[in-house]
Amino acid sequence: MKKNPLKLLFPKGRFWTIGIPYFWLLMFFALPFAIVLKISLSTPAIAIPPYEALYQYADESLHILLNLGNYLLVFQDSLYVNAYLGSLKMAFITTIGCLLLGYPMAYAIARAPKQHQTVLILLVMLPSWTSFLIRVYAWMGILSNNGVINNVLMWLGVISDPIQMLNTNFAVYIGIIYTYLPFMILPLYANLSQLDGSLLEAAADLGSRSLNTFWKITLPLSKGGVIAGSMLVFIPVVGEFVIPELLGGPDSLMIGKVLWQEFFNNRDWPVASSLAIVMLGLLIIPITLFHRYQSKSMEKTV
Amino acid sequence: MNNRLNKPSFSTIMLWAGMFFLYAPMFILVFYSFNESKLVTVWGGFSAKWYGELFRDEQILDAVWTSLKVAFFASTMAVILGTMAAFVMTRFARSWGRMTLSNMITAPLVMPEVITGLSLLLLFVHMADLFGWPAERGMLTVWIAHSTFCAAYVAVVVSSRLRELDMSIEEAAQDLGATPLKTFFYITVPMISPALIAGWLLSFSLSLDDLVIASFASGPGATTLPMVVFSSVRMGVSPKINALATLIILMVSLIAFISWYMARRADKRSRMASD
Repeated sequence: MKKNPLKLLFPKGRFWTIGIPYFWLLMFFALPFAIVLKISLSTPAIAIPPYEALYQYADESLHILLNLGNYLLVFQDSLYVNAYLGSLKMAFITTIGCLLLGYPMAYAIARAPKQHQTVLILLVMLPSWTSFLIRVYAWMGILSNNGVINNVLMWLGVISDPIQMLNTNFAVYIGIIYTYLPFMILPLYANLSQLDGSLLEAAADLGSRSLNTFWKITLPLSKGGVIAGSMLVFIPVVGEFVIPELLGGPDSLMIGKVLWQEFFNNRDWPVASSLAIVMLGLLIIPITLFHRYQSKSMEKTV
Repeated sequence: MNNRLNKPSFSTIMLWAGMFFLYAPMFILVFYSFNESKLVTVWGGFSAKWYGELFRDEQILDAVWTSLKVAFFASTMAVILGTMAAFVMTRFARSWGRMTLSNMITAPLVMPEVITGLSLLLLFVHMADLFGWPAERGMLTVWIAHSTFCAAYVAVVVSSRLRELDMSIEEAAQDLGATPLKTFFYITVPMISPALIAGWLLSFSLSLDDLVIASFASGPGATTLPMVVFSSVRMGVSPKINALATLIILMVSLIAFISWYMARRADKRSRMASD
């Protein structure tokens, strides 16, 4: 008896449970991208906001004006092309760096005694909880000409003049690997800790040497973790702005920095929008790879 | 036996080298925050005077307050949105709607911040143009931006917890006549509360930390702490920022320790209950 009105209530609750987050995300996540796309096709103007409308209605006719000039500019101007290439190169090298350093770390944590694992993972994650701005700032003090490294080296007598490290690409590599390392370790650890140990024992029983076992069994089985971790590093690094701005020099050209300058310094909103759209286009493959891995790993736990 | 075969030496060495790499810069920073000298990297004796300077800096104090307010409200909203989305992702039948929702909610996890920030700013400008709201960008717009990207993290944390839950308890409650709403608040919420707290704390620290999205979404009225730090750091290294950084590191370590301790206690309790 009592259940009937409640049953009627259920679809309503269901409606709100889906409806609220759905509306929010459409409004504040999907719609903004549509607007970026729209502005990337408009003509810059000296006005507020600094671009012209896409369509005009006058004399009973609708004029739709799609300006492809911004995209042409993005693809033809060597500044932008070099910034994209610089970002991709930076993202590629730092992803490899994070992988080379992070994989053994994740492996060691996954092999540690169970009760130590949570503490070790917490220790890896803890730095990424503190302000990343402050961690980048810490490197400014370490790498600068009168910073810790140069001081120690000069005190030891290894060098007589400080080595220029801050404001170079080297500093940007260090800063990015440092900041993104935990994002590489976490998915790798999640993957490696689920690895079936009996497979490794079987390989050893059959006479496989450890390095061989690693290449033939451990590495292929952790492919999902490697992909997820690499994408979690690669994608945000392509758009990175703060690290090249603080640690890099004039020659460390990255697209996130250029976009920021176009938007805030030159106030060219249409070009900034097309830069963002092209960046998204470059990232479509890595983003799909990441999503595929994530939905796969989510299904596995069901 | 296994250990010997897996070359523990190399990976363990790498683990400690990596930990050193992660922590050395922060220890150096904390050490130099007690430097008497005005030059950040020249040691001039032990002093806590920069902490005093820090607490006299109105601009920084204002920014701290703004950041804390935004982070508090954004993480609360993110927990609400993220939990609802996680519930849809784990409890509702697979459908087109569920797919798009889970794609949309996890997308901010990897989206480059400049793109998210730029697109949100353009949205706010458009909305102001069309119906005059938001009249100017400030705390409200930063709150919206932070809620959106923090919800992604909450959804991931909460949905993994929801998947582990034994659904028969919820079903039993409903069979005994509890409404879905009642079941949710009396049965599900207490069971997922560690994940809710973890998601809230994670969102709080993410919101406190965010510079890029806040720079795009905020107006002249709302300057968050990372924005102040960024503009002062761009001018050069300053000992006051060392002191501030030390306090932030201390606070975060404390929060991390508390959440770890609570998670461990909850884990122990649930293990005792199941024994």
